This record gives sequence, C-alpha cells and structure tokens, in this order.
Amino acid sequence: MANMNPKKNPMPEQEPLVRNKNFQEVALGYSAEAAIDEAKRCLQCKHKPCVSGCPVNVRIPEFIAKVAEGEFEEAYRIITSTNSLPAICGRVCPQETQCEAKCVRGIKGEPVGIGRLERFVADYHNLCDHNQHKELAKPPESNGHKVAIIGSGPAGLTCAGDLARQGYEVTIFEAFHKPGGVLVYGIPEFRLPKSVVAREIKRLEYFGVKIVTNAVIGRSLSIDELFEEGYEAVFIGSGAGLPQFLNIPGENLLGVYSANEYLTRINLMKAYLPEYDTPIKSCRKVAVVGGGNVAMDAARCAKRMGAEEVYIVYRRSMNELPARAEEVHHAMEEEIIFKLLSNPVAILGNDEGKVVGLECVQMELGECDESGRCRPIEIKGSNFVIDVDTVIIAIGTSPNPLISSTTEGLEATKWGCIVADDKMATSREGVFAGGDAVTGAATVILAAGAGKTAASSIVEYIESKNKE
Amino acid sequence: MYKIVKKRALNEAANTIEMVIEAPLVVRNARPGQFIILRLDEYGERIPLTIAGYDREKGTVTIMFQPVGQTTQMLNLMEEGDYIADFVGPLGKPTNMEGLKKVAVVGGGVGCAIAYPVAKGMHEAGIQVDMIAGFRNKDFVILEDEMRAGCTNLYITTDDGSYSEKGFTTDKLKELIESGREYDEVVAIGPAVMMKFVCAITKPYGIKTIVSLNPIMVDGTGMCGCCRVTVGGKTRFACVEGPEFDGHEVDWDELIKRNSFYIEEETEAKKHVCRLTGGIRRG
Repeated sequence: MANMNPKKNPMPEQEPLVRNKNFQEVALGYSAEAAIDEAKRCLQCKHKPCVSGCPVNVRIPEFIAKVAEGEFEEAYRIITSTNSLPAICGRVCPQETQCEAKCVRGIKGEPVGIGRLERFVADYHNLCDHNQHKELAKPPESNGHKVAIIGSGPAGLTCAGDLARQGYEVTIFEAFHKPGGVLVYGIPEFRLPKSVVAREIKRLEYFGVKIVTNAVIGRSLSIDELFEEGYEAVFIGSGAGLPQFLNIPGENLLGVYSANEYLTRINLMKAYLPEYDTPIKSCRKVAVVGGGNVAMDAARCAKRMGAEEVYIVYRRSMNELPARAEEVHHAMEEEIIFKLLSNPVAILGNDEGKVVGLECVQMELGECDESGRCRPIEIKGSNFVIDVDTVIIAIGTSPNPLISSTTEGLEATKWGCIVADDKMATSREGVFAGGDAVTGAATVILAAGAGKTAASSIVEYIESKNKE
Repeated sequence: MYKIVKKRALNEAANTIEMVIEAPLVVRNARPGQFIILRLDEYGERIPLTIAGYDREKGTVTIMFQPVGQTTQMLNLMEEGDYIADFVGPLGKPTNMEGLKKVAVVGGGVGCAIAYPVAKGMHEAGIQVDMIAGFRNKDFVILEDEMRAGCTNLYITTDDGSYSEKGFTTDKLKELIESGREYDEVVAIGPAVMMKFVCAITKPYGIKTIVSLNPIMVDGTGMCGCCRVTVGGKTRFACVEGPEFDGHEVDWDELIKRNSFYIEEETEAKKHVCRLTGGIRRG
C-alpha cells in the first residue's frame, strides 16, 4: 500500500546557525526507515514520467521499488546501470526541474524525494567494505581500444565509466593535481563532501579507468599527440572554467576574487583547514555579485570563513534568481543578506589599493521577454555604496580556450564553446565533446548526460571504423 | 610524484638553488619562456616557477629559485632522490624569437635563471645578444660562466659594487643604448620594480621591451583569474596570455600591489617553517 502522505520525508539538516560556522555537510541524509517510508510514496507509474526528466535515464521507479523492499544494494545496482555518479547526483542535481518535476505525486502535493533516495542508496553502498567493492567491480576484459578523456569533471567521469564498463581502455587527463573537476574545486564540502567524490572516482578506477593528473591538454600534450599515442577517440569534457568579470572600475583591486579563485582556494586547496598552506584573506564584509548556485556557494563559504556580513548582490529580483530554490533557502537561513535589484557600477579602493566598498545602482524590472524573464533597468541617480572589504564575482564562466585554440580544425563559437552535434561529435574526426565545454556553464547532470551520449557515440565510431 | 634528480647551490652563499626534476610530461613540449606549477605535498600551495632548462632525452626540467618564501624554503629542505607531489606544465606561451637580430636581455637576481635560457635560446638562433645581469652583491651572483657562453657580450652589475661593475642593470642598459648600441628588442626578467625601470629607460628610445611577469597564481590554466594584470588598459591573464607582455603597456603599480596581497600571511607562514615543522611534511 502506497504511503499517501502529501509531503516528503523531511531531510535532516544541521542547524543553520551552527552549520554556517563549519564546513561539514548541511544535509545529513535519510535513515533507512525514512528512505523506505519515502520510497513507499512512489506510485510505480507504468509510463514512468520521472525517467524522461532524467538526463541519464536512471531507472527511477525500479530502484525505488527495491528501496521500499529494503533491498538497498539491488537498488544501487539498478541506479549504477545508467549513472556512474549516484552519490554526487543525489546531492547536487536540480531534481525539482528534472525527475521530480515530472512526478505524479507532485500534482497534489510534494513529489517523491527521488534525489534524496538516490543519495541514500549510494551512501548506503559506499559505507560498505571497500575491498568488497573492489572484488565486485572487477574490470571487464579489455577490447584493446584506447580512448582519451580530457577533464575529470562530471562529463569526463561519466563518459569514462560507460566506456570502461564496455571494455575500453580509458585514460582521463586532468590539469589539476586532483581529479573531479568542478566537483572538487567548485562545489563546497558542505554541499558535496570531497570524500564522496573521491569514492565515486575510486570506483571508476576499480573498473580500470586510468587517471593522469597534472596533464594540461593543449600545453603538456596536444590532441594530435594523443592520437599519435594510439588513442582512437578523444572526448573533451574540460568544462567552462574561464571566469567572467564585470568590466567595471576597480576590478583588479586587492580583495576582488573571481568565484573560481575564491572557491578553488577553499575547496581544492583547503584554505579553511589550518594545516594547509594555501593563503586566503580573512574578510569582514563580503559582497558576492551574481545570483546562481556558484554565487550561493561563494557566499556561504565566506560566511563559514568568518565574515560578519555577506551580501548577495543581484540585479534582478528574487523570482529571477537562477540558483536552485533550495540553495537560496539555505543561504537565507544562514544569514546571507540579499541585495536584490542592485547592479554594481564600481568597486571602490583606498590608497593601498584595497577594496573598501561596492558602488551599486538600484534597478527596477522592465519588459519581460518570451521566457518571462524581465529586463532590469537602472534607476538614474539611485547609486549607493555597500561597505565591504571583499568582492567576489560570480556572474558566470565560459569555456577555457586552451584546447580549441591549440587544436587545428576544431570548431568553436565566438564564446569559446566547442561546436558538437547532438551525438557530441565535433568538427574533428574522432574528437567528441560535451558538458560545459560545449554548452557553457550548466549543471552537473547535464554534463553527465552529455558524457553518456558521447560514450555511446564513441563506441559506435570505433566499431564502425574497425569494420571498414 | 616527481623525483628530484639533482640539486645544487648556484653560488657559495647557497642563496640560489638549482633543481633538476624528472617530469616527462612537462618536458615534451616545453620551450623557453614557459613555466611550471609545483605543489610540494598534500598540504602545499601551488607556486609557479619559470622553466630554466630542460633535457628532452632524460625527461628532466630544471628550476632555479631563492628560498625566500614558505614553499621555496621547504623545497630547499628536500634533497636529491626526494619526490615532489605535483609538477605541471609547460604553462604559458613560449618566448617569441622570430624576426629578431639584436637583443638586450636584462636579468635581475634570480630572474637571471630565467633570462639565461632566453638569452641562450636567442644566441643559438643566431641573434646577437647583450646580456646584463644584475645582483644585490657578490654573494648572489649565479650562472656567470653559463651566461657568458650563452650570449655575445655579458655585463654583470652589483648594487654595492662588491663584484664587477657597481650599479643597477638599468644604469648599464642606459649606458649601452647611449653609447650607440641598437636593439630590436629588450627582454627584462626580474623583480617587478626592475622591469618597471627597464621599461622607463627603453620607452623614450622606442625600443620594444618584453617582460616576463610573475603574478600570484593558483591553477595556471586560465581558471581562477588571480594572475590578472592590466596591459594596454585591458585585463589579461598572465598564466595563459603571458607570462611575457609588452612592458610599455603593463600597469606596474597595480602588479606590484597585487603581488603584495598575501605578504602578511606569507610572513606568518615562514615563521611556521622555521619554528614548528623544521622540515618537509609527508602528505
């Protein structure tokens, strides 16, 4: 009998005013009882609308049925048959606009907590003995075909996982010293613990995926050299790492960071832990410019680093904030101050070149476009200054041009996005691309979906080439 | 892990150190003017160092440094046979040598370690190279024989006159230009202040001046924007668009300020090296 409670089982969380002083995970995860109870809310619809909302087609009702029966390992097997990164996706996917948006239970109440269940299943599995995993995850026999993957973020990891499972010899090249891409340098520990990422990556290594860190493709090696080394296909999943700035006066003052820099210092380089050497300034008052998930992450990090006042400065209103509702809600609970309809016009500095304020102009919403997004218009003469010592720019990123500019015949748009068709094939034979490197900054799961599509295109490409 | 295959002091005072590191992936496409980023161990920060030399057959890269910061001091505590956790490169764009006939290369202090391979590369390419190498005093002089062999004319200056000619590199450069030496280009590598003054000398003569900038970096691949410098009124990322730029276009005062951002943290951290760890950690 289905559980007809219109509300999801609540997610246990750390108290807001406790957690905004530590870097431990905010959401604590379901207990087995809560998971089984939540799983029973699933109606097991025959037409499975939720699956169509998932970029990697997780067999959602099937795995939820196993959770309801308490067969958690079996549920895990079902999820990982299509998703290489369940512990990550369960935490950071915007389920409210994907699987859960299509859930029939959402019509008259809250949808089934699909993301929470996915996370529960993955965490349950990961807590089991690791040597046993190694046994279970014996790499399949090699089919002798080598594939190179550039970037170890969600697109690259997913592509690697899918190919390795089919016997391909996969090598991932990562520019940083640690694999994971945006999952380790961008998304903070309190939203996605790095041990969770490390475990998912370890699992891919059990499947035979090789990871070469400190390898900057486009500098250390070119794509052409990868082909010379015997790789038959290359997947570019190098993300969108190039930070955009506002191009306003004062942007190079001391105390102005790109969100990428601020988050990398904290997340990858662990500046919040005293035993690490990475320097970071302790700041008192911080303005984060932007309204997306990255802006929320940067603001919440700044609060945890000890800032007294942290502002989100965004030029539109609450309704237009591009961040997930849950992230905005968490940020507000943690006493982040939202300065909406405010557009920065200059960063102010003192004689030493240090930031002392952010000058903004008040905005109002004008005409809306077809998508319903309204254009902000400046209110003349409404300038005001926010008293801050640090400004973090989180207005977006674009793809890094390093690969497109060093690979002959690889087509890219004027924004640096690599051009790829719906099968992720680029203008160069044997070179595939997907994720943020193609779309510009988007989500983890869209990147994972692209990695998945690319994997099947690569299989098709290599098979057809070897038939000739 | 990257093995230190050779370590030696470049002068008697042992204030400048050369290390040869096994890094096959770096050496394959390395060229003069490019740099690497290293991280000593799990707890280390990432610091950029310019490539001072490389041996493609042996797969090794040479770096030179003065142990003055936390990371370089700790690096100096490592010996031959030890391993560095991370060593990535080559990063940045290589030095342009095309179309040049007569060049003055100005190196300041440890900057000579980087200026030397540039001078040598140019000299080997048939370019006439005057090299001016400046040091604080006699104790800091490095690579004299190597530099002499790697250029057409070598001029060494010391700030206090304790070795060779007394004065700054800028004095010598000015003297050479005024004596009628003609240069297609001046290359200046050293402390930002020195590069700034070299540019001030060459500007009135309209001599194109290339400088190798050393801003603070994290990733070195264009991802963090920490290394942004204003060149010709535009923000540029030194790690991917540089490190070499037209020195007459660089906003030097901004660069010097930006490089001082973590000076307090650095001072504090250095005390930590001396007092507490006393040696390298093993992460």
